[in-house]
This record gives sequence, structure tokens and C-alpha cells, in this order.
Amino acid sequence: MEYKMILTPEEEAILNGSQGETMAKVIKTLILYGETFGAKRFVDVTAPGHVVTSFGISVMSPVFNITQELIDAGLKAKAPFTVDPRPIDYANVKCNPIEKLIFSKILYGEQARYEAQLRKLGLKDQNAFTCACYLDQVGNTPKKGDILSWAESSAVVYANSVIGARCNRNSGIIELFGMILGKVPEFDLLTDEDRKAKWIIEVKTSKKPEAQVLGSAIGLKVMEDVPYIKGLNQFIGTTLDDETKSYLKDMGAATASNGAVGLYHVENLTPEAVEFGEDIINKDAKVYVIDDAELERVKASYPVMWKDPNGKPDRCFIGCPHLTYAQLGEWTDKFEAELKKQGKTKVGMNTIMTTAPDVLEAFKAGDKAHYDKLVKMGIHLTSICPLMYMNNPLCGKKNVITNSNKLRTYTTSRYYTNNEICEIAVKGEI
Amino acid sequence: MAREFKGRPVIAGECKVEAVVSRQGFNTLASFQKSALAKKKETIVSDQNNSDLFGKNITGKALCLPQTIGSTTGGMVIYTATALNIHPRAMLFSEPIDSLAAAGVILSDVWTNDTITAIDNLGQEFLDYVQDGMQVEIKMDGTVIVG
Repeated sequence: MEYKMILTPEEEAILNGSQGETMAKVIKTLILYGETFGAKRFVDVTAPGHVVTSFGISVMSPVFNITQELIDAGLKAKAPFTVDPRPIDYANVKCNPIEKLIFSKILYGEQARYEAQLRKLGLKDQNAFTCACYLDQVGNTPKKGDILSWAESSAVVYANSVIGARCNRNSGIIELFGMILGKVPEFDLLTDEDRKAKWIIEVKTSKKPEAQVLGSAIGLKVMEDVPYIKGLNQFIGTTLDDETKSYLKDMGAATASNGAVGLYHVENLTPEAVEFGEDIINKDAKVYVIDDAELERVKASYPVMWKDPNGKPDRCFIGCPHLTYAQLGEWTDKFEAELKKQGKTKVGMNTIMTTAPDVLEAFKAGDKAHYDKLVKMGIHLTSICPLMYMNNPLCGKKNVITNSNKLRTYTTSRYYTNNEICEIAVKGEI
Repeated sequence: MAREFKGRPVIAGECKVEAVVSRQGFNTLASFQKSALAKKKETIVSDQNNSDLFGKNITGKALCLPQTIGSTTGGMVIYTATALNIHPRAMLFSEPIDSLAAAGVILSDVWTNDTITAIDNLGQEFLDYVQDGMQVEIKMDGTVIVG
């Protein structure tokens, strides 16, 4: 078969089986993938990978057959990689005996086998399970200009936008193939041209917009295009400090899940907006103005998926994507103030915060005062993926509230702003 | 009256099958999830947000759509559906194929014994014209004859 991509002699040899039949299928898949999007060549991956599939869900057994074939062929990622969070944590996210049985034996019956496969393929370590692999404590933090083979939409949009690395919105399995080959086809967000903005977003709100609603509005409007956001500096400044990076993490995840954004620029703030200014905006870019009314309209458009819309909430999830170290402290203070306001000492419902295992360890050791307060308030800390926890018929029936627009989009959970959810979680009812 | 549309074959193939149409983005994970989890022999679309397809059978049919949307697990979900033999026979995109759907049809082609014929760039007129239940004939060069 004739291919349009220009291959090096080494790549040609791999395609012809010099490294075995399985490796030939790996490169063939990546060639077909690249050619679909006009890639002319492969480029080297320059930083460790991140895998989206973290769940050993029985129905995905064909995927685990591919990973087993890779292992049997002696293949491994070129560098230790991180992976999305695990789906279950019985100690901190309580399940009844029936749920536990179904999770362990039926739904996630392949979890142990799959994690063993990941270790053989080059998993970084036992703490590598997080969607926010780029956080300092986790350490899979690329540099500006690095070429990545990642999947997980919230991590890809963060790496591209906040760090200035280069990665396409890859599907699961494709990212693993790129990590094994050590190369990815060059197209779309790996090229200068396709990193230019096709939209100008003018933020004209009266106060700092809720990150998750702003991201949702942008994603729903621009879908997969690159937006250039103006007007945010007055609210979040021009420095990429911990607070601002946390804001951008949450906003970006909403752009990627409510739409399909892989890269955004924020005027005077994100690396390429600072470097190139408005030269990074396409001449024919469209304009979308976001004011208070528009944010309210977007928020009001979210459907309520609960069987009984007036029902009492069963569980509250905060931290999708996983919370940063700074956010854990901020939420502690926020809950402390709300408890005081409502004259209580403990939250009124099952409230769970999710963060990376490495961040949680650092938080327990480095900010014991805040950690102890959270425990005392009755708040649970875990490192699971709330999305994977909820993405099954059993949990889908629960009345879950969340401050995550990603979780809202993919599950039956109901979205509330940070202030609203804090008040509801303390009160125990809406 | 039959109408002819011309697209780009991403995975070339020939077949004559019944159309099932989504006018909005097809959320891959949400659509396949319930049937796959229940180990059904056919995919009955479980995405409650897609009023065009919710509750409809797409196995063995020509799924007509603008693009896919949703989680980056999308490609491997399409691959899994093919491996489990509950996949559509063809995916016909009015717009350029998205990276997740492309991954899914390519993984199906290279890593299973079956394929999903995939044609993209068929245009909005195609999506406006095609209706559920119409016969769709697909040719190797990306020609799609509807009706």
C-alpha cells in the first residue's frame, strides 16, 4: 500500500516488520491516523506520556487484548507514563454491598489485570493515577514546546494552553502507540498554523466569571476551534501563579468537555499569547461576547437529569479535574466559613473531594492544619475519577451534585457554582 | 429520487445499507455505553441528550452524522464496538472526520477482522437530505447514493 506520509528509512523498516508484526501494526495505525489529517511526517515525542484509560471495565476486553499483544511483543513506552484516576476507592467513597459486588466482579472485574498490564508497559509508579498529571507534585510536567503523546481532554488542553506544549486531542490507545513508537504524526495542534485563534472571546462580565461556566460557554460556542480570550486579566491577573493556574485548569476542562477545545490563549497570560500577542489571531476570527446575561443563559440551559428533579442530593463531588494543592486549602477555608455561617460543625451530606495521590500525600504532610480541619468537617478525600465512578447504571441513578462542568456533561450529576455547592453540601439539601 | 454525494474515503468500502441519522454531534461513549455494558448483540443508542438517535438500533447500519463528540475514550469505544460486533456498518460524516472517530475506524480496520467504512466531507446538504430508513449505497471512491 502506498502512503502519503514521508517516512524515514527506520520508519519504513518498522512498517515492513523489522521490529515485529505488532510494532508494524502500531506504526501503520499512526500513519493512517496522521494521513487522515494531512500529516506529512512523524515528529519525535519529547516528554513522558499520559494515558486516558485507567479503568479495567470488563466490557473493554478488546482493548486489554491489544495491550496484551503489545506486552507479548515486548513493547513498552519510551518513558514512564501517568494515567487517569482509578474508578473506585471503597475506603473513602462508600458503596453498599451490592454496589461493591457489582463493581468488583462485573463492572471493574479486569482492574487488577489491566493495572498489571500498565506496569509492564511502563507506568510511572503506583501514584501515577490522576487526570492532572502536570501538577508539580505529580511531576509529569512538560516544558513549553515539548511534543506530547497524551490523551485525556482536560490534560491536553492544559498542556497546550497553560504550558505551551504541543499535543493533539488523541483517543485512548492512539496515545499509547505514540508513546511506544516515540513519535507522533505532525498535524493540527502540533503546527504553528493550527495553533492560531479562530475566535476572539470578549469577557465583559461585572465580576470574575465562574471558571467552569465560562469554559462551558466558550466550548459550546467554538467547539473544536482555538479561542483567544480577552478581558480576563482584570479578574485573574497576568501571572501564572497557583491560583490562576487552578482557574485555567477548571476553565479549560469545561471548554474541552462542553466543546472539543484542545488549545486556548488568554491575552497577556498564557505563553503563546504573551509571546505573539494578537498576531496569533487569524484575520477572519469570529467574535463571541460573554457578559453576565450570557453566562446566566448558559448555566440555565443545563438539563436536570435526576429522576426526581426535586429530590434530595445523595452525594457531592468536588474536584473534576483533580484539585490542586492550593485548591484543597482554599476549599477548606470556604467550608469552614460556610459551616460557621450555618452554625454547624460538619457538612450535611456525603461530600467528596478528589485530588492526585501525590498531591494528597503532600497535603497531608505539608498542610496538616487544613487536612485535619477537612476530616473534622466530615469531608472525604480520595483520588478516584468521579466520572468513571458515576458512568454506570448503578451510580447514574444517584442524585449527585458537582461543581464540575465535565462531570455534569458526561453523567446525570447536577452542576452548581462553587459558592452554591458549598452552601448545599453544608445544608444537606438544595 | 436517488441523490448522489461525494466525500473522502477515510476507510474505503462498498455496501448498501439502511441509514440512521444524527443531526447533532454523536457522543460515542454515551451512545454505546449501555448496550456494551449489558453485553447486547446490538447497539441501542443510550445517549439521552441525542433525541435523533436515543433508543434506536445502529448496528449494521450507515450512521450519518456531522462529527463525534465527547470523551477521548471515543476511539477505543468505536474499536471495542467493532470487536464486539455491535458496530455500525458505515459512518458517513457531513463534516471532516474528528480525531476520535478517525482513531476508532482506523483501530477497527487495523486491529480487528472487520471494518467500519468511513466517508467524511459529505457536506451539510447530505445530512439535510438523508433520513432514517433510506437505503444508502457506498462506493469505494467515496460516492454515496441516497434513496
